[in-house]
Amino acid sequence: MRRPLAGRITALLAAGLLLPALASCGSDDDKGGSAKSGDSTLVIYSGRNEKLVEPILDKLEKAVGTKVEVRYGDSAELAAQILEEGDRTKAGLFFSQDAGALGALSKEGVLEQLPPSTLDEVDEAYRGGDGDWVGLSGRVRVIAYNPDQVDEDEVPDSVHDVVKPEWKDKVGFAPTNASFQAFVTGMRALEGDDATRRWLEDLKANGAKTYAHNLATLDAIEAGEVSLGLVNHYYWYERVAEKGEDKVNAKLHFLPGKDPGALINVAGVGILKDGGQSEAAQKAVDFLLSKEAQTYFADTTKEYPLAAGVTSTVEGLPPFDSLQSPDIDLGKLESLQETLAMLQDVGLV
Amino acid sequence: MTTTQTTTRPAGAPAPAGRRRVRAYLKAPSDRDRRPPLVLLVPACVAALFALLPLGYLAVRALERGPQYAWDVVADERTLQLLGRSLGLTAVVVAACLVLGVSLAWLTVRTALPGARAWSVLATLPLAVPSYVAAFVWLAAVPGASGFGGAALALTLVSFPYVHLPVAAALRGIDPAQEEAARSLGHGAVRAFLRVTLPQLRPAAAGGALLVALYVLSDFGAVSLMRYDTFTRAVHTSYRASFDRTPAAALSVVLVVMTVALVAAEARTRGRAGHARTGGGTARPAAPVPLGRWRIPALAWCAAVAAVAVAFPLSTLGYWLTVGTSATWDVGDLVGTASTTLGVAAAGAALTTVLALPVGVIAARYRGRGARLLEQAAYAGHALPGITVALSLVFFAVRYAYPLYQRLPLLVCAYAVLFLPVTVAATRAAVLQAPRVLEDVARSLGRSPLRVLREVTVPLAAPGVAAGAALTFVVCMKELPATLLLRPTGMDTLATRLWTETGAGSFAAAAPYAATLILLAAVPSYLLGRHRT
Repeated sequence: MRRPLAGRITALLAAGLLLPALASCGSDDDKGGSAKSGDSTLVIYSGRNEKLVEPILDKLEKAVGTKVEVRYGDSAELAAQILEEGDRTKAGLFFSQDAGALGALSKEGVLEQLPPSTLDEVDEAYRGGDGDWVGLSGRVRVIAYNPDQVDEDEVPDSVHDVVKPEWKDKVGFAPTNASFQAFVTGMRALEGDDATRRWLEDLKANGAKTYAHNLATLDAIEAGEVSLGLVNHYYWYERVAEKGEDKVNAKLHFLPGKDPGALINVAGVGILKDGGQSEAAQKAVDFLLSKEAQTYFADTTKEYPLAAGVTSTVEGLPPFDSLQSPDIDLGKLESLQETLAMLQDVGLV
Repeated sequence: MTTTQTTTRPAGAPAPAGRRRVRAYLKAPSDRDRRPPLVLLVPACVAALFALLPLGYLAVRALERGPQYAWDVVADERTLQLLGRSLGLTAVVVAACLVLGVSLAWLTVRTALPGARAWSVLATLPLAVPSYVAAFVWLAAVPGASGFGGAALALTLVSFPYVHLPVAAALRGIDPAQEEAARSLGHGAVRAFLRVTLPQLRPAAAGGALLVALYVLSDFGAVSLMRYDTFTRAVHTSYRASFDRTPAAALSVVLVVMTVALVAAEARTRGRAGHARTGGGTARPAAPVPLGRWRIPALAWCAAVAAVAVAFPLSTLGYWLTVGTSATWDVGDLVGTASTTLGVAAAGAALTTVLALPVGVIAARYRGRGARLLEQAAYAGHALPGITVALSLVFFAVRYAYPLYQRLPLLVCAYAVLFLPVTVAATRAAVLQAPRVLEDVARSLGRSPLRVLREVTVPLAAPGVAAGAALTFVVCMKELPATLLLRPTGMDTLATRLWTETGAGSFAAAAPYAATLILLAAVPSYLLGRHRT
């Protein structure tokens, strides 16, 4: 009496499990994701925070001339969602917080080729190698320090110096942070895997402290837990906006000499081939590269604008062309797998 | 109507029928393996299939590049190490939750503790605190709290209500007559509790412990802030690092295997004994146990738990509100977001309850392999990280329910997939306490299985089922990863606003949303705490 029932339920549940497998084999053929409502609406998947970009996306709606819907999420998760949606994606435009997620979409071939006029707005270093995404704003890796503990001229000029004995137990960083991992990937590209692995091992052996993200690292510097921290420049400005400048003690040091620690990563956009909203999306990209939008990134998000001849207006921020960042193909930063394996081997994540 | 018929019946007829009836219900306990009626089986299979969706997705993704690739990912020595870390954390949190949950449930339900109802509500409230908020407030206060200890602390403090609620509900449902009988036989109050009452709480406590275990396995927020690397964090990092869904899926399969093992282990500890009352009349509330000189320590214990689990996060939120310059009370926005949150959470809880009911009844009443299979299926995906479940629903909806994609019904379905076990556990524990003989008698009187379910089982189990529904309601309110991916474009819940604000680094601006979330969750908690059968 029991056997047949259990057997039947097993069969039913197994069938339920196999259904998607079978169906997914067929789904490659039924191209076309016909039900596109995209003609009148531009859907933007934004991996950038709503607080930071909503005002400029509101203006974008007027510039594009169609209704704009924005879906906010996490860059990596939205990229995974777009890949899962496949040719029936709802997204017309992907606005990513980093080059990595854009590079991953580019690799899967879901991004549309951008016209040369658009690409030429931005320096070659800050756009996709295949011409299917373009950077909008840049953020630079810096060393933040606590001036009560370290004088400005003592702050190291290279990430290679922070593994020296004098900084034992005094350095903080966020190993799971995407920008940190992008920096390690950049270092691998510049100096090779062996040198990078050695640096990571030295960093760990030197008692560097790990934090959940850049803001936590900055807090640790403020609290005097560590003297130095490897962070992105604009987090400092976020903290200042949150607490007021007089309450933020930490200071930033920009690294000279094309040091790998001075990597510039970008936020950027790519148009989805299968979103069926190319025309509106193209207008949106042009708007985001326009003077108005670029000035917004400079003034409001405290990043470096990458196009339209706009320069940063933030007080105390070194001019973009004075930054001595390393020469790296950002499109290649999408391959974080080996970086992650290395960080795991070394025991940092 | 019925009475008239009986009186007109010939005098001799009822006796043999009555004897048959008695025989039918005497036979019942040995008849446990009989087949559940279709009216339960069919909807239970539907619910189980629903819960298996993520597994179907994982099978597709994990095997995308062949079994060898998936095996290489899983067979890495790091996998074993991460499993050990995850299981260690789970064991510690479960043990701590059992201590907190059972002690608070007993104190608030069965003793003359002053303010018992208020303490009961306070013991439910931590559930409304998202794990990453708990972790964050602790880190802000004690920067050195990170690592294993910090993760265990934060997770215990947000998840002990999973044990407290079902145990308290079970305590209310237990017939005090048994304990009184034990006392009349010369056992002291403590001994009577340990020997008679505690074993009856085992199904509720074990069910709660299982939920805590699965919650800990699936948690990402607290462990990532506390920098304690667990299996789930590895799954997340894998999505993030490579944008390649295959390794993440292969690792997720390991979590599923672990879940099934845990569910099976829990089923073993449950034992074979049923714990329903069999006496005549109705159960009445137990006479409260006088605490005597234990009153002060008991109060101190409750106050300490309430202080660290509720007052501390709330006061930290209050602190952010006063210090941060980004704190603004946009009342209109807050009210709108709050009502959206209430709406989707209520719909999620309702659907989950409907789906969980047949599974819970079968799990409580039938013992065959089929019944076990159904229950395990319902739990299978519960230890999966939210992002995995969310991506699986993206996968299915885009292929088979495109018109529903990124619309409310799909989000509600996601909540049901995610939280089915929460309601199944509560339902099963509640049904176990409903006397089985009443169902058997109703059956022998010719009621159909559906009518027995509607007129006997559900009313008897209703308080426990309602508790499960309320619990689900609260966890739906704070759900984040699936809500982010599946919500209609432009829709916000309190949890997504919280995420937006903290993502921009404005913790003060996040505080109103966190506080509202906790205050709203207080409503079902208050009702649960007040509720007496």
